[in-house]
Amino acid sequence: MSWFTRLIESPKNILKSDASGTPEGLWVKCPSCSEALYNKELLRGHMVCSKCGHHLRMRAAQRAELLFDADSFEELDTSLRSLDPLEFKDKKRYRDRIRDAAKKAGAEDSVRNFLGDIQGRTVSTSIFEFAYMGGSMGAVAGEKIVLGMERAIERNCPYLLVTASGGARMQEGVLSLMQMAKTSASVNRLNQARLPFICLLTDPTMGGVSASAAWLGDVIIAEPDALIGFAGPRVIQETVGQKLPEGFQRSEFLLEHGLIDAVVDRRELTTYLATLLSHLTHRPYRQANS
Amino acid sequence: MAYSYLEFERPIAELTSKIEDLSSMGTDSGVNIAEEVERLSSKRDKLIEQIYSKASRAQICQLSRHPDRPYILDYIPLMFDDFQELHGDRALDDDGAIVGGLAHFRGHEVMVIGHQKGRDTKEKLRRNFGMPRPEGYRKALRLFKLAERFEIPVLTFIDTAGAWPGIDAEERGQSEAIAKNLQELAALKVPVICTVIGEGGSGGALAIGVGDQLFMQQFSTYSVISPEGCAAILWRDRAFASEAAEALKPIATDLKALGLIDDIIPEPKDGAHRDPEAAADLMADVLDASLKELLATPLDTLLQNRDKRLRNIGSFEG
Repeated sequence: MSWFTRLIESPKNILKSDASGTPEGLWVKCPSCSEALYNKELLRGHMVCSKCGHHLRMRAAQRAELLFDADSFEELDTSLRSLDPLEFKDKKRYRDRIRDAAKKAGAEDSVRNFLGDIQGRTVSTSIFEFAYMGGSMGAVAGEKIVLGMERAIERNCPYLLVTASGGARMQEGVLSLMQMAKTSASVNRLNQARLPFICLLTDPTMGGVSASAAWLGDVIIAEPDALIGFAGPRVIQETVGQKLPEGFQRSEFLLEHGLIDAVVDRRELTTYLATLLSHLTHRPYRQANS
Repeated sequence: MAYSYLEFERPIAELTSKIEDLSSMGTDSGVNIAEEVERLSSKRDKLIEQIYSKASRAQICQLSRHPDRPYILDYIPLMFDDFQELHGDRALDDDGAIVGGLAHFRGHEVMVIGHQKGRDTKEKLRRNFGMPRPEGYRKALRLFKLAERFEIPVLTFIDTAGAWPGIDAEERGQSEAIAKNLQELAALKVPVICTVIGEGGSGGALAIGVGDQLFMQQFSTYSVISPEGCAAILWRDRAFASEAAEALKPIATDLKALGLIDDIIPEPKDGAHRDPEAAADLMADVLDASLKELLATPLDTLLQNRDKRLRNIGSFEG
């Protein structure tokens, strides 16, 4: 065994990227091909495995860096905080969970709003932070999505929603469920204003988040091999008691079943979005008739 | 008719059978029996009062799924006239877990849409235990749009454990189907009144649950996840369902306190399942009053109010 192999195989030095997509330590093991990836290299490559092309989970801030032109974006709506309306407590108090999640994720809730330029075109954008309580949607997340949409209307610009979420947040009960209705209702206003609404579904997008705004975009795209669906695969497996089909609830599976428009590689994402937005904002027909 | 009794309803069941036994002995054995029956009956009334008024959240969750609890197809003949069921989503199937149709309701034309669980095993299977597939939501959407075109108000009745967690449902776009209903209901140009009559289970419930007014029957529940599901995730053990039920605050008084529903529809004191006729009357009165109010509201105002209502659902600071 060479010194190099020993180095990358020693447990101390290979840290799995945690579920939220935060590599800590020098090396990160690709969850798909198990290749040991140099952390800094991975970050530079926008969390795509240089060997197999697997798309690892990404933080909202990293996503913003990837999407927007350098120095063109700012984060907004950062003052909202959950109020724990149910005074929810399981093994742990919700209040404590929120505090710990904020520390861990470096975000004040599971959605972060940005205004920035994608190849020169301003886009109001909401990005889910999966590291914050599994990207679960409560009242703050719902409000921020609506604020993101309203900003698009105000600025007369497109709206982009980037999802990564386990679903509605249990700790806010029906209030979380109702965020599905609130965010979906807001889409009507975007539609009336004829502003492009693009959804980018990333790993994972499940439950109440998938069954609301995420599936109401004018165009819905997904990153490769992302888990996307309503019910979780384990729940389905337990309910139906049969083996799930190959690739079930993965982006490519959804594309085959006609449920999304395209699967887009992260390395081509910004160009894809810029071209798409150029199609949707051109409007030659309206100009000819005005 | 043989009733089913839940564990915490047992004392009532025992007393009831004692009263029945005594009554069946007739009058031959003396006058004492009538007195004793009366005494026991009043004791039974007190017991009912006590048990139901003190029911815990976990017990109310059980009541909301009580095997004798009336379903929408039980209420329809008690509340509506000339019901004509309309079937199918025009694309794939007729989902038995959601029923819908036109009816007369106290002089109004209405579109009735609700979940249906099924009473016996055969019907339960046909209706998939009231858990809709995408076709069910799409049938509901077709009927919402039909109602809109003919300016007919919509009454929905929610009673489902949730959306069907099946391979087929996912393959056919369960998420899209639910999302579409939320969006369309938010802007539907007729009054929409939603009532939870049993279990309000997550997205499957919400898909027919967005409107101008939201009511819950006294012993119904509405929750983002079932107590069992919540316990499995947060406690890693389904046995903690009672604790989860307490934490989730899913009963009518909880939702009223949180300002998430407009009102609680009272039930007969021992629950809708013991007296469906009385439950139907109590519900019809509330819906009638609500419908009259909404019909008197100009459409613009109605839609603005609904929009505002949805926009303001939240609880946060900053």
